[in-house]
Amino acid sequence: MSLDPLPLCLLFSSALFCLGLIGALARSNTILVLLGIELMLNAANLNFIAFWRYGPATSPATGVMFVMFSIAVAAAEAAVGLALIIAVYRHQKSIRLQEANRLKG
Amino acid sequence: MNLAVIPVAASVSEWSDSFLERLPLFARDWMTSWLPEPWRWLVNSLLSIAVILSVFGLLFAYVTLAERKILGRIQNRPGPNRTPIPFTKLRFFGLAQPFADGVKSLTKEDVVPRGADHLLHFLAPVVLLAFSILTFAVIPYGRHLVPVELNAGVLYFFAAGAATELAVFMAGWASRNKYSLLAAMRALAQLISYELPLLLAWVPVVLVAGTLSTTEIVAAQSGWQFNVIPHWYVFTPWGAAGFAIFMIAALAESNRSPFDLPEAESELIAGHLTEYSGFKYALFFMAEYFGMIALSGMAITLFLGGWHAPSPYLEFIPSYVWFMGKLSVLLLGFIWIRATFPRLRMDQLTRFAWKFLVPLALINLGNAAFWSLSLHWSGPFQILRWLISVLVVVGPFVLLGRKLSAGVAPRVYRYAV
Amino acid sequence: MTAALVLIAVVTLATAAVALSLRNLIHSALLLIASWFGIAAFYLWAGAEFVAFAQVLVYVGAVSMVVLFAVLLTRRSRADTVIAPDSLARAISAVITGVAVFGVLVAAILKSSLGRLSPAGVPALPGGTSVSPVISAPTATVREIGIQLMSTHAAALIIIGILLTVALLGAVILAAQDGPESKQESP
Repeated sequence: MSLDPLPLCLLFSSALFCLGLIGALARSNTILVLLGIELMLNAANLNFIAFWRYGPATSPATGVMFVMFSIAVAAAEAAVGLALIIAVYRHQKSIRLQEANRLKG
Repeated sequence: MNLAVIPVAASVSEWSDSFLERLPLFARDWMTSWLPEPWRWLVNSLLSIAVILSVFGLLFAYVTLAERKILGRIQNRPGPNRTPIPFTKLRFFGLAQPFADGVKSLTKEDVVPRGADHLLHFLAPVVLLAFSILTFAVIPYGRHLVPVELNAGVLYFFAAGAATELAVFMAGWASRNKYSLLAAMRALAQLISYELPLLLAWVPVVLVAGTLSTTEIVAAQSGWQFNVIPHWYVFTPWGAAGFAIFMIAALAESNRSPFDLPEAESELIAGHLTEYSGFKYALFFMAEYFGMIALSGMAITLFLGGWHAPSPYLEFIPSYVWFMGKLSVLLLGFIWIRATFPRLRMDQLTRFAWKFLVPLALINLGNAAFWSLSLHWSGPFQILRWLISVLVVVGPFVLLGRKLSAGVAPRVYRYAV
Repeated sequence: MTAALVLIAVVTLATAAVALSLRNLIHSALLLIASWFGIAAFYLWAGAEFVAFAQVLVYVGAVSMVVLFAVLLTRRSRADTVIAPDSLARAISAVITGVAVFGVLVAAILKSSLGRLSPAGVPALPGGTSVSPVISAPTATVREIGIQLMSTHAAALIIIGILLTVALLGAVILAAQDGPESKQESP
C-alpha cells in the first residue's frame, strides 16, 4: 500500500509508543519500566516532528520548540526516576516491582 | 603576481580567488568532471572523507613521533631515533618510527579475557574512533574547505563528542575486571565533569557571533583593527579567558596530561584499557589523538580566527596553511604541557572543574554579554569597556583562586642535588 | 525518501523491541541508546537538525550515563545485571494490551484524512482548511529557534530552567546517602 509520508511517520511513532507500553507493562524490573516510559516520550516527540514537517503551516518553529521542552522534561524525569530507584534499592535491596508492596493489604 | 606592490587588503575578497586557495577545488573538480551529476556529489563527499582520513591519519602518526621526540628533548634525552627508513639503512631522526609502531601493534596478539563480553569488547574502540572521526566534519580547514556545512555545526561537534563517553563505559564494562570498571567510572566522572566548562567556554563565542555555524563564526572574525590586530576572539578579554578554559577542558576531555588519570600506568595499570592489547589498544590512542586534533581545530575555529591570516600582508599564504600552522602550535602546546605538569589526583581534578572552572566560565558568559552590549560606546568609553572586561576576568580568577587554595601550605620544592 | 524513512523505522523499532526483551540490563540499556540514535536519524531525515543534535547530546550524552550508573549502583554482585525471567502471564497480558492500543491508533491514523489527498488533489483537514499538495519542508534555522525561545516562549524557557534545577537537586538529595558515618555518594 502506498502511503503518504505523514501517515507512515505516525505509524512509526505509534509502533514505538506501543513497544514502550508493552515494555513498561511486561517487565518487573523498575529500570526497564523506566526505559519503556522514556521510549514512549520519545515516540510522542516523533509525532510532534512529523506534524511539524508535514502538517499545516503554523509558525515555523513551534513543533521544534515543543520537542525541545519535551526532551528537557524527559531528561529531568529520567534523572528523578533513577534517583528514586536508587533510594528504593537501598531500602529493599532489590529493584523488582513486586517487592515494593509494604503498604499492601 | 607583481611582487613590487603588495596590496593592503582591506577586504579579503581578492585573495579568496587566488589560485592557491582554489587549488583543492580545482583538483577535486578535475578528478570528478567525467562523472554524471548525481554521482558527483557522492564522489565529492567520499573524496573529502578520504582526504581528511589520510591527512589527519598522517598527522596523528607524526604527532606521536613529535611528542616522543619533544618529551625526550625536554627530559634531556634524544627520543626515538633508531628506526631506519624501510628497505634502506638510513636512520633519519626516527621519522619511520610511527610506521614501526603501527606494524608492532598490528602484529601483536589480540588477547580477550574468556569471560569478557566479546561483542562489547570489540565495539568499544570502534565506537570511540567512529565518533571521534565524525567530529571532523564541521571544522573549516580553509576558505572553501569545510566538509559539511551545517546550520548548527558547533552543536553537532559537541554532540558527537559526548557520544564518545559511552565507549569508555563499554570498554570498562566489557573487560569483566572490577578494576577496569572502577577506572572506567572514574574516567567517566572526569569526562562528565569537564564537559560543562568545555560547553560553557564556547557559549560566549556563539553569543557574540550570533550563529552556531562554524563557517559564519570564522567569517565573524575577519578583518583587522588598524590593519594590525586581527579581530580574533582570543584578543578580547572574555575571549582569552574562554580560550584558556576551553584548552584546559580540552586537555581533560582527551585524557591528556595533567588529566591523564584514566591511562596512567601507576593507576590501576591502564584503567579501562587494561584488557586491551595490540591493535585495539592502538585504536584507543588513535581516538585520543584524533579527539585532541579535533578539539584543537574547534578551538582555532572559535577563538583563533579559523583560517584567517594574522596580518593583511600575509594573506598570500593560503588559508589551509594558516589553519595547519595554528593547529601545529596548539598541538605543540599540548605536548609541552604534558612534559611540564604533574598529574592531578581525582579529587583535585573534579574540584578544579566544578569549583573553579564552572564559575569562571559563567562569569565569562556575563562578561561577553557586557562586551556585545557595549559595542557602540564611543571614544574614551572604549578604554573603560576594555578595563571593565579585564577586571571581570582577572578579579574573580584571583579571588576564587585565593579562596580555594586557602589553608594549603605554599609549595616547597626540594631538588635532588 | 520513503525508503530512508522505512529503513530508519525498521532499525529503531527493532533495536527498541530487542532492548525491552533482553534479560541482560546493560545490553538493554545499550540497545535503547541505539534506538535513540535511530530517533535522531529520523529527526535529521525530517529536517530538524537542531533537535537531532540536541537529542544526541541530551539522551545519548547524559541520560544514558544516568541509566548506566543506576544499573551499576543497584546490583549486589556482578551477576545481578542478568535478571530473572518475568512471568509469562504478565507478558502475555501486556502484549495483548499493547497490540490493542496499537490497533486503535492504526485505525485512527488510516481512517483520518490527515495528509491524504482528496479527489480534488488537495488534502482535506478536519475543519475544512486545506494545504498545498506539495508540503515543502519548513526551515527552522537556529536563529529562528533562538528568537522564538527568547521572545514568544521566554516564560517557558525560564520555567524549564527552574524545573531542571529543582529536579536535579531533588534527584541528588534522593540518591545521596544519609548519615554522617556512610560515604557520600551521588548518582
